[in-house]
Amino acid sequence: MADIPFEVDLDEEHPPESSLLSGPGEKIWSVSALTRKIRQSVESALPFVAVEGEVSNFKAAASGHLYFNLKDGSAQIRCVMFRAAGVRLKFQMEDGLQVVSRGRITVYEQRGEVQLQVAALEPQGVGALQLAFEQLKKKLADEGLFDSARKRPLPFLPRGIGMVTSPTGAAIRDMLTVLDRRFPSIPVLIHPATVQGDLAAGEIARGIHTLNRLAETHGLDVLIVGRGGGSIEDLWPFNEEVVARAIAGSRLPVISAVGHEVDFTIADFVADARAPTPSAAAEIVAPHRQELLAAVSGWRERLLAGIQNRLEIRWEGWRTLRARLGTPQSQILQAAQRVDEWTHRGGKALHFLFSRAAGKLAQGQAGLRGSRPDRMTPLYRAEVRGLASRLAPALERLVAHRREKLTEKMELLDSLSPLTTLRRGYGAVQKADGRLVRGVAQVTLGEQLGIRLADGRVSARVESVDPDLPGPKPPT
Amino acid sequence: MRIMKKTTFEEALKSLETSVRKLEEGSLGLEESLKTFEEGIQWSRQCQQRLAEAEKKVEILLKTDKEELTQVAFDLGEDE
Repeated sequence: MADIPFEVDLDEEHPPESSLLSGPGEKIWSVSALTRKIRQSVESALPFVAVEGEVSNFKAAASGHLYFNLKDGSAQIRCVMFRAAGVRLKFQMEDGLQVVSRGRITVYEQRGEVQLQVAALEPQGVGALQLAFEQLKKKLADEGLFDSARKRPLPFLPRGIGMVTSPTGAAIRDMLTVLDRRFPSIPVLIHPATVQGDLAAGEIARGIHTLNRLAETHGLDVLIVGRGGGSIEDLWPFNEEVVARAIAGSRLPVISAVGHEVDFTIADFVADARAPTPSAAAEIVAPHRQELLAAVSGWRERLLAGIQNRLEIRWEGWRTLRARLGTPQSQILQAAQRVDEWTHRGGKALHFLFSRAAGKLAQGQAGLRGSRPDRMTPLYRAEVRGLASRLAPALERLVAHRREKLTEKMELLDSLSPLTTLRRGYGAVQKADGRLVRGVAQVTLGEQLGIRLADGRVSARVESVDPDLPGPKPPT
Repeated sequence: MRIMKKTTFEEALKSLETSVRKLEEGSLGLEESLKTFEEGIQWSRQCQQRLAEAEKKVEILLKTDKEELTQVAFDLGEDE
């Protein structure tokens, strides 16, 4: 359809047949001259027109000029939109779009074609911006840029926050105020950007790129991109593809914070999180310092209580055993006392045996006096001999038995003694004067200490004193 | 002790919580208990360091003549 010849409808003024014959005074036009004449007539008759129609045969040339036809049910006209006008189009031109074109009618002389040089173009029905918004939204959605799987989690507590916004707007003030209230010490790096007008989108996108580049060296964990409220035209930069692509390409998670609650922009859809306002973005990005401090000290308390409890249980077990053991001295004294006791009883038994034997001897002697000694004496002698021979083994058995008992006691004593504890891997720390060290408060940095281990001594020097570990209660 | 340079606050807090729960569970031996406690103390220090008050630093990037970026302290100005 691009090559429809230019036709002039002359139906209205059909000249009489005779005038078609050549005659004197007839003007013969060159094609160029005629075409020029037509162009001049058309341009002066229709200096500026607004025409509505459907776009067809749309083509964007490499030069940046846009070519298309406008048509309705029964006619069409060629249109050209030169680059300078074309770049101002917010939305994408496409076939089938109902538009109103404004411009001037001219004739493209080389081809003798009437064409409309379009200066401005807007879609019919919806606003141009609305259309552009819908078109870009659909395009990016089709690419998957809004997928929730793409959204990166925000850091819980960012090391640093990058902001791309106007350094003079209300937005920056709101954000810094909220940050001061919630977590005052998070550093903020601002990349200033114009946030409305034709230059804004480029500056915002550049800001996102730059802060990503600086993220590593400046410890940035997250970006906030936004501005305060305004008209749809004011917020427009955040609906531009270059900004959407910059956000999608950002390595750092991005929070969009554009306008008020009700304003939705393309940036909001691409961003990892959308904040309804800049203040809200600051709230999303920074946790409440006081709350975190409370949480940490809560856990710390439980940690201290936990270890104290663990140690207390062990001390308790130790105390119980210790009480059952008594003091080592008393054990030894008791044992010694028993040895004495048994020695005494052994002596008494011996004495008893001897005295019984002596009694029998006396009895025998008394009987001897009234009897025949020659018969009696061998009898007594044998009895004494028998008694004496039984006495020694009995005594030996007695002593052996007591020795065995004593050994048992000593073994029990040993198993509970501090030396055994040392053999289990503990050490007793002593100061130079021999006093036991029971807590970190007793030592000073650089002090020379002795450690008593199971099999010997080690000397050590205090390199650091860390009082965090709660001192276990000394044994009672 | 593990290297804690690169851990985030959140990770440190999680680790602190884990240490506390292990200790509270009560099945650890004495040495393990002490080790867990010490780890917990380290994590809690790490958390507190991150929460420690520092002077707020707000800076703004400026373009120099050589098209390089430099940063200076940012001041909102008088209009409160």
